[in-house]
Amino acid sequence: MANLLLRDVKKAYGNLEILHGIDLDIKSGEFIVFVGPSGCGKSTLLRTIAGLEDITGGELQIDGDVVNDVPPSKRGIAMVFQSYALYPHMTVYDNMAFGMKIAKASKAEIDERVKQAAEILQLTKYLDRLPKALSGGQRQRVAIGRAICRNPKVFLFDEPLSNLDAALRVATRIEIAKLKEQMANTTMIYVTHDQVEAMTLADRIVVLKDGYVEQVGSPMELYRHPGNLFVAQFIGSPSMNIVPATIERAGGPTAVRLADGTVAHVPTQTPDSAAGTQASFGVRPEDLRVATDTDGSVLFEGRIDYIEQLGEVQLLYVDLGREGEPLVAKLPGNAEIKRGSTVRLTADAGDLHIFDSDGRSFARERLASAA
Amino acid sequence: MAATGKSFAQRWGVHIAVLLIVIVWTVPTLGILVSSLRDKDQIAVSGWWTALTTSSQTGQGRTDAADAQVEQGGRFVISGNLLEEGTALRITAFGTRIQEPTAHEAGTVAELEDGVTLQVNDDGSYVYSSPVAFEGRRGERVFFEASTPPRFTTENYETVLFSEGIGRSFINSLTVTIPATIIPILIAAFAAYALAWMRFPGRAILIAVVIGLLVVPLQMSLIPLLKLYNGVGAFFGVPAKTYLGIWLAHTGFGLPFAIYLLRSYIAGLPREIMESARIDGASDFEIFVKIVLPLSFPVLASFAIFQFLWVWNDLLVAMVFLGSGSSQLVLTGKLNALLGSRGGDWEILTTSAFVTIIVPLIVFFSLQRYFVRGLLAGSVKGG
Repeated sequence: MANLLLRDVKKAYGNLEILHGIDLDIKSGEFIVFVGPSGCGKSTLLRTIAGLEDITGGELQIDGDVVNDVPPSKRGIAMVFQSYALYPHMTVYDNMAFGMKIAKASKAEIDERVKQAAEILQLTKYLDRLPKALSGGQRQRVAIGRAICRNPKVFLFDEPLSNLDAALRVATRIEIAKLKEQMANTTMIYVTHDQVEAMTLADRIVVLKDGYVEQVGSPMELYRHPGNLFVAQFIGSPSMNIVPATIERAGGPTAVRLADGTVAHVPTQTPDSAAGTQASFGVRPEDLRVATDTDGSVLFEGRIDYIEQLGEVQLLYVDLGREGEPLVAKLPGNAEIKRGSTVRLTADAGDLHIFDSDGRSFARERLASAA
Repeated sequence: MAATGKSFAQRWGVHIAVLLIVIVWTVPTLGILVSSLRDKDQIAVSGWWTALTTSSQTGQGRTDAADAQVEQGGRFVISGNLLEEGTALRITAFGTRIQEPTAHEAGTVAELEDGVTLQVNDDGSYVYSSPVAFEGRRGERVFFEASTPPRFTTENYETVLFSEGIGRSFINSLTVTIPATIIPILIAAFAAYALAWMRFPGRAILIAVVIGLLVVPLQMSLIPLLKLYNGVGAFFGVPAKTYLGIWLAHTGFGLPFAIYLLRSYIAGLPREIMESARIDGASDFEIFVKIVLPLSFPVLASFAIFQFLWVWNDLLVAMVFLGSGSSQLVLTGKLNALLGSRGGDWEILTTSAFVTIIVPLIVFFSLQRYFVRGLLAGSVKGG
C-alpha cells in the first residue's frame, strides 16, 4: 500500500552516469515492470529503489516520504533476487523468519507469518529443508516467501525467473500473477528483459534504454501505439518491420511513399511541416497478410527467402530487393506457401505506424492527450 | 567418472601414482607408530617391519654355584632358571661352549664330559647333575638361543609421558597452540569481512599493505618484536617470557596470511546474500555473525589447520619468546633436547615423535572434511 514517486533520479558511478534523471509516478497497488535490453539500467534503477545503491541526484519518495538516505530495511520493501540469494545454512523456515528475528518479533508472530506465507506458496512440506534440497522453482518460491514475510509495502523482483527452465518459468509466472491478485494493495516492481513476462504481468510497463525512460504505458498501449522506434521494435516478437519512407502528403490520413514507390495511406495525423521529410514506416509481422485480388493496395511484394514453420504460425522472410534486413511476416501455419515464390503482402490501415526522422511516433501527441 | 574422457590406462596410471605417493608418505609414520609400541629390547635387535613375527636372539646365563647342589639318588644336582622371571623369551637350543650355543635342543638332556648332564627346558629351567660333587664358586656358563614372540606394550608411552617430561611439554605445546590458532582466526575474520564487504576510505591500501606483509621474513622481525614486547612488558611490569608473548607473536605472524586467505574467500560469497540480509534489516555485525561466519566455515577450518600445524611444529618463535624451563618448554624443544640426551634410545625417540604427531593428525582428520564440503550448495543458481 504505497505509491512511489521518482523525481529526476540519477545514478552515477564516478563520472559514468547510468541513470539520467528518471521520472516515474507509481501508484499504490500497481504492478510495474521495468523492461529493456541488458545494460539499460533497469536493475540499477530497482536497486536504487531498494536502497542497495545510493542515489546521486534527484528524489525518491515512498508514500510521500523522501527515502533517499533511508536504509533498505526501513523502506518497507522486500526484494526477490535472480539468484534466489537464500541463506544456504538455514532451513526454509529460518530463511523466511530471518528478517523478523532480526527485527526481534515475537516467536508466535514469526511462526504465524511464516506458516501463512508457506501456505500461500505451498511450501509447508519443505519448511525443515535446507535450500540445497530444493529444486530451482521451490528455491525461488522460498525467496518470494521470505519477501512476503516482511509484509512489505513494495515488492521488488529482480529478474526472478531468469534462472528457471522454460516450463517452470511459465508456472512461476502464473504464480506471481496470482500472488499479485491476492495482495492487491501491494505495489510490485518487476525487472525483466523478457517481454513475455512484461506483457503478461504488468499493469504498466516502463521501457528503459541507456538510462532513459523510453515509454511508460499499459502493455497493450505499448504494443499498439509505441512512442518511438525503439519501443516499437522492442515490444513484440518478431519485432516490427521498419522500412524507410518519405512523407508525401501530411495531414490525416498521411500518404507515405515507400522506397519501392508504393504509397501507403496511414490514418495518423501529421503536421503540415512533416510533408516531404524522411520517415520510418512500420508494420508488425502479425499484422501482415497475403493480399488477395480484391485488396486495393499491396504494401510489399517480394521473393520468399526463407520460411520458419512453427506449427500454429509460419514466419516468412521476404526479400524486398533492398539493403538491410528482410521483411518478416507472420502468417497462419496452414497457409500453402512455397519458399522461393513471390508473395504480395498487405495490412489494415489501422495497423500501420509512422515515425519521424528522429524515430518518434507521429501518433505521440494523441497518445499524450489520451493519457 | 568414465565420462571424463580419460582412457583406462590413464586412469590406472593416476591411481597407481596416487597409491605410491600415499605409501611413501604414510610408511614412515606407520614405522614410528609400530616402533613406539614395541618392546625396547626388540627395537634394538630387529626392525619394526618384523614386529609381527617371532624374533630370535642369543643369550647366556650361568647355573647356580656349587653351594646350591643337592644330592638326589646318588647324583649331585643343581637346578634353577636361566631366564629372568616373567620374561617372554623361550629357549629353543642351548650349549656350553660359546662356539656352539645351539648344540642341544631345548628339553633334551645333554651329556657333558665325565657323566655330567645338563638339561635346559624352553622356559629356562635347568637341571645340572653330576655323579661327583660340584666344586668351585661359580656355576657353569650356558649359552642359548631364545625366541621372542611379538610383544606390544604401552610402557614406552608411560615412560615418555610421565618420566621423560614429554607429557608436560605436550601440555605446554597445547597451551601455546590453541590460543595462537584461535586469536588470529577471530581477528582475521573480522578484518576479512571489513576488507571484502564494507566501504571505507583507504581500503585498497590496507589490502595492499596486508599482502605486502605476507613476504616479510619472520627471522627479520623476530628480535625487534621481542625487544618491543620486552619494552612494553617492562612498562606494565610483565615478565619477558610469557605465554601471552608467544600468543601475540604467533598471532602477528599468522595474521597477514589469515586475512589474505579469508578475505579472498569471503569476497567470493554471493553479493545477493549480503544484500538480501541487509534488506532483511541485518546490520554489518549481524551479517558477519549470522551469514558470513557460518558460510566461511570451510576456509576457517583450512586456516585453522595451517596455523595449528605451523605453531605446533614451530621451534624458532618458541625458543625466542618462551623460556626453556619445564613449565614453558614446548614439544619441539623437548624433542630437540631428547635427541641430544637420549639419542640412542629409539623407544624414547619414536614414542616422543608419535606423541608429537598425534595432535596434528587429529586436527587434520577432524577438519579435513570441510575442505571438500561445499557449504554454499543451494544458495544461488546452479548450486
